[in-house]
Amino acid sequence: MHPAPSVIVFTTLSGLGFGVLIWLGLGLPAVTGWTAFAFFAIAYGLAVGGLMASTLHLGHPERAWKAFSQWRSSWLSREGVCAVAALIVMAAYGAGLVFFDTRLAALGWLGAALSLATVVTTAMIYAQLKTVPRWNTPLTPALLLAISLAGGALLAGQVGAATGLLAIAGVLQILWWVRGDRALATSGTDMATATGLGGIGTVRAFEPPHTGTNYLLREMVHQVGRKHALKLRIIAFALGYAVPVALILLPFSHALGALAVLSHLAGIAISRWLFFAEAEHVVGLYYGKR
Amino acid sequence: MTSLPETSGRKLGLVIDLDTCVGCHACVIACKGWNTENYGAPLSDQDPYGAAPSGTFLNRVHSYEVQPEDGTAQLVHFPKSCLHCEDAPCVTVCPTGASYKRVEDGIVLVNETDCIGCGLCAWACPYGAREMDAAEGVMKKCTLCVDRIYNENLAQEDRDPACVRSCPAGARHFGDLGDPDSAVSRLVEARGGIDLMPEQGTKPVNQYLPPRPRDRLDQRPDHGPDQRPERPAPDAPVALDAKGFLGWLDRTLDKI
Repeated sequence: MHPAPSVIVFTTLSGLGFGVLIWLGLGLPAVTGWTAFAFFAIAYGLAVGGLMASTLHLGHPERAWKAFSQWRSSWLSREGVCAVAALIVMAAYGAGLVFFDTRLAALGWLGAALSLATVVTTAMIYAQLKTVPRWNTPLTPALLLAISLAGGALLAGQVGAATGLLAIAGVLQILWWVRGDRALATSGTDMATATGLGGIGTVRAFEPPHTGTNYLLREMVHQVGRKHALKLRIIAFALGYAVPVALILLPFSHALGALAVLSHLAGIAISRWLFFAEAEHVVGLYYGKR
Repeated sequence: MTSLPETSGRKLGLVIDLDTCVGCHACVIACKGWNTENYGAPLSDQDPYGAAPSGTFLNRVHSYEVQPEDGTAQLVHFPKSCLHCEDAPCVTVCPTGASYKRVEDGIVLVNETDCIGCGLCAWACPYGAREMDAAEGVMKKCTLCVDRIYNENLAQEDRDPACVRSCPAGARHFGDLGDPDSAVSRLVEARGGIDLMPEQGTKPVNQYLPPRPRDRLDQRPDHGPDQRPERPAPDAPVALDAKGFLGWLDRTLDKI
């Protein structure tokens, strides 16, 4: 799949932003006044910034409001509904903390639940696609939720939770990669089923339909990122999981904490690049590619 | 509404004969010609006369080489457009309701004024049937020429999809695959029509007729070499009862 920068920025930043909102909704840390303002500003900057980036890849962003209508059937629509509901509820909850020194606990829990639902619905957009075997697994929402909770805990200063969650996310990441490398081969879809000609013999793409490229190849048969995949995986794992854990286990300082967050964010961005660049869409089989 | 209908009254679709298709791409051109100048946004081209041409097509013809375990390889031309699946994954993922499957005839369409161009439906389609138009930013797909098949301004013989109408080999057939007695259903029954990627669970309406078994050079379909009627040698005389001057010449030369 084509690793569009807008979608990588969106899933990375929004995942972290909604992760912070989950912890803030639970009252961890129990901040009020200007401290609360700073936490909410960062969380909203990440979540809303990511959502804005996601509209950049739309052909018609001015019609984006129509995407709230199909929540009964579409995970993408559900994501939009959950995101807006979470941002509205958490804004009311945050206003109580910042301006009135009051914690409306029930509202916070609701906001945390909606933020969690936003992360899960985002993950389900990818996990639902049978056409991309690497994504089509319950491990996808598990991984994206673990990353969001871990990053949120890191940014919310929940050192104990962050350590455990980063470890869990790191394990899920490796499981996801290992499973993903076998996913297309074990999906049962290959050139034989794609063409229905497997009963005659071995199928080979002889001529593509056109001499040039097309939308399908640009969007779904991206192969550039796969060349350095192993190196990038090691870098992503180190920056995203190992380095942040090491940094927060050192005696606490704000500088080290900030470094841990930046390292985590960079690692997750690389992991997200691979999430798209390594994903094989079955339509590539019609072109003899993967 | 992007929920799928429980069942559609009719199941209009195509039957594509891989045995007959000659790979001429006439259907590709006829499709683009009709669909760029009628319903909805045109099918744009980018850099059409330059070094890297690219464009939106609703129907494309692949060619595959199939190598049996023994014997010669076989070339199969493979037209592919939207299969108007009964369980169309492209429809249910649509966040705006722009994509829908018609209850009355099962055609999968896009309402372009509702399409936000997110591309998720193209991701959900295993067949590559949907292409985002680079100029318009909306999703384009085969409409089964919905503006031809019901069009009373056209002569009856033209009320077929443009690809079917233009096929010089008769490799594309259009009809109701929900009716077991229709010509297309009987064709599928007779030739063992198949679903593409059945494991994807999309239940495509369009059916593909696999190529018939080929003759092989080492397996004569008739009685074998010994039983063929004896043929005269290539230099044997054609006329044995020559008369006149040529007859006299023939007899004289025989005597020498």
